[in-house]
Amino acid sequence: MKQVAVLGMPNTGKSTFFNRLTGADASIGNWPGITVDLMMAQVKLDSIEAEIVDLPGIYDLRGYSEDEEVVRTFIDKNPLHLVLIILNATQLDRQLSLALQIKRLQVPAILFLNMADEAPKFGVEVDAEKLSERLGMPVVPISAKYGQGYDRAYQTILNLLKEQEEAIQAQPLDQCMRCDSEIAGEMGSLLQDAVTVPRNIKDNLTIRLDRILLHPVFGLPLFFLTMFLMFQLVYAIGTPIQGLMGEITDWLQTAALEPLLAGAPEMLRGFLIDGLYGGLTVVLSFVPIIILFFFAMAIVEDSGYLSRSAFLMDAFMAKLGLDGRSFVMSLMGFGCNVPAIMGTRVMRSPGLRMLTMLVIPFSLCAARLNVFIFMTAALFSATVAPIVLFSLYLFSFVAAILTAAIFQGKYKNSEPLILELPPYRFPTLKQMLLRSWSEVKHFWRWSYKFIIFGVVAIWFLNNFPPGVETASPETFSGIIGQWTQPILDPIGINPQLAIALIFGFIAKEIVIGGLAVIYGQSDGALMGAIAAQIDWVQAYSFMLFTLLYVPCLSTVAVLRSESKSWKFTAFSVIWSLVLAWVASFIFYQGARFLGF
Amino acid sequence: MNLSLLEPGHIAIIEAIDTDQGLEQRLQALGFRQGREITLIRRAWFSGPLHVRIGTTEVMVRRREAERIYLQEISQNGALA
Ligand SMILES: Nc1nc2c(ncn2[C@@H]2O[C@H](COP(=O)(O)OP(=O)(O)O)[C@@H](O)[C@H]2O)c(=O)[nH]1
Repeated sequence: MKQVAVLGMPNTGKSTFFNRLTGADASIGNWPGITVDLMMAQVKLDSIEAEIVDLPGIYDLRGYSEDEEVVRTFIDKNPLHLVLIILNATQLDRQLSLALQIKRLQVPAILFLNMADEAPKFGVEVDAEKLSERLGMPVVPISAKYGQGYDRAYQTILNLLKEQEEAIQAQPLDQCMRCDSEIAGEMGSLLQDAVTVPRNIKDNLTIRLDRILLHPVFGLPLFFLTMFLMFQLVYAIGTPIQGLMGEITDWLQTAALEPLLAGAPEMLRGFLIDGLYGGLTVVLSFVPIIILFFFAMAIVEDSGYLSRSAFLMDAFMAKLGLDGRSFVMSLMGFGCNVPAIMGTRVMRSPGLRMLTMLVIPFSLCAARLNVFIFMTAALFSATVAPIVLFSLYLFSFVAAILTAAIFQGKYKNSEPLILELPPYRFPTLKQMLLRSWSEVKHFWRWSYKFIIFGVVAIWFLNNFPPGVETASPETFSGIIGQWTQPILDPIGINPQLAIALIFGFIAKEIVIGGLAVIYGQSDGALMGAIAAQIDWVQAYSFMLFTLLYVPCLSTVAVLRSESKSWKFTAFSVIWSLVLAWVASFIFYQGARFLGF
Repeated sequence: MNLSLLEPGHIAIIEAIDTDQGLEQRLQALGFRQGREITLIRRAWFSGPLHVRIGTTEVMVRRREAERIYLQEISQNGALA
């Protein structure tokens, strides 16, 4: 098995190239000492078996960022047969330094000048032959996105792999003190001889679009409009599909599963249907939203607009230790937190990513909105209800801003925010489909066990010890509900509502269903039953708590899979519980004190 | 003079970069090298970041970082000022 690594600067089309080479059939590999996900694929190139690894994009082999550390560790520990260097042909004037660094590793390498389709538009010309001669490695212009030059690229890889019998251990770079100045010198002369870059770039589409989209007055309104449309696109289509999916799984349950298990003992039936199958439907319900979300993300990200959002929003976001991309993700979190948290992966600075992940769960998602609409309808008049809802949105923003403000010192953005603003590009349909698909796979791989386990655990709490009625005071949930009264009574939450909060750990969608089980009523009758038992102050306190505490099991699952840290996940959960309690306490006691 | 003071539309030459090594490496990799021309395209509102171009690369830089990039301005017709 021959070892091949793909290496290049960020945003040069490395992943696009990797997907083309491996047929997008990659998985996440494991390497000692490496904590970030690396995509890898085993492929057969003609008759040669090779293991290809897509390393994170880096600026400098000797740099200090987490990604640069990862690449160094990888190269240090893994002898390679071949390195595939991907650079953006248009930006060779700055990227050539990386190729010169890699050359010093003394591992066989090929330099691919990607985006060959774009270079002529900028008036950039490269003499590949001369470059190859001077660098001492093959140089192949390609377009990873559209396929130009790919056959030659493939052939070149094949030829080199055939010749290379043994894997080579890279030379350490840190012993070469004079390398930096040497490289600067070599780069200058190489550029002079083999690369033509025009002094002034032509007025192109990107420049004209930026004049509008980054306009000092219209830039921000246009940005908010775009976000609104994107939100609508994802959730106006996604939510009904999610509903349809729920109907299908319900139908399967009543038409097939329940008759099939009719003879089984009640406990087993409950475990299989409400536990395992229930968990599975929760996992499945996120799939349509994730697909649509990353369809839209592929567009804003690949187009380059996401980086522009950082430019537009930075004045405000920098004060919170975040950037414009965090804003986009939090905003999208108002539909559903799960894909929004997954979307933070584009931010490469760990501190920035963690802080953003800490903030997103406070975005009032569609599932919580359903609970609030139900509760406000039950306890408030039609004229007050919209104000109540609006106030909850306000609290959602305040909680997010507060969280960022408090913890920005703890999760420091260690990397300087110097973002490239790439030319506007539109992704191909294939790219969008691929992106959605790989994110669904990612979600599935990491989350299904955790979510199903969680749903089963809560089913257990709600139905045990054996012989008691579901969600009744005698169940473990009921006991916990009683047990937590010393903490929950001061915020106006009675034992029944406490059980509903336990249901809410699974997903906020099922809080209402949970209440229906707890009160043994549904819809209008349920509203009546709740209104008869609690007053509006309690209801609002309950809603505040619901807004702020752990959104759902699935959010916890992706927090864990994206941060790769149980400690961080636990921290996020505990912080949200503390904030929820404190906010509800202040509200409830304040309102009571004022005589409501 | 430093980059944060450059006027939109103006071009200057990078004279020196005075930051810690991590940031300097990053800046170099994005094309900020001594002697290269840099164009300020626009500034964001409310003291937001700067949008600059070096060669064919466009980047945004926060003001704080821009203050550490020293320039020699050249006038519109290309002569050193
Ligand atoms: N025009 C053009 N765009 C490309 C090409 N290869 C990749 N891209 C685009 O460049 C952007 C970055 O690509 P990606 O593969 O995500 O880069 P990575 O960050 O290096 O992995 C995406 O918008 C791609 O669609 C190419 O050959 N030509």
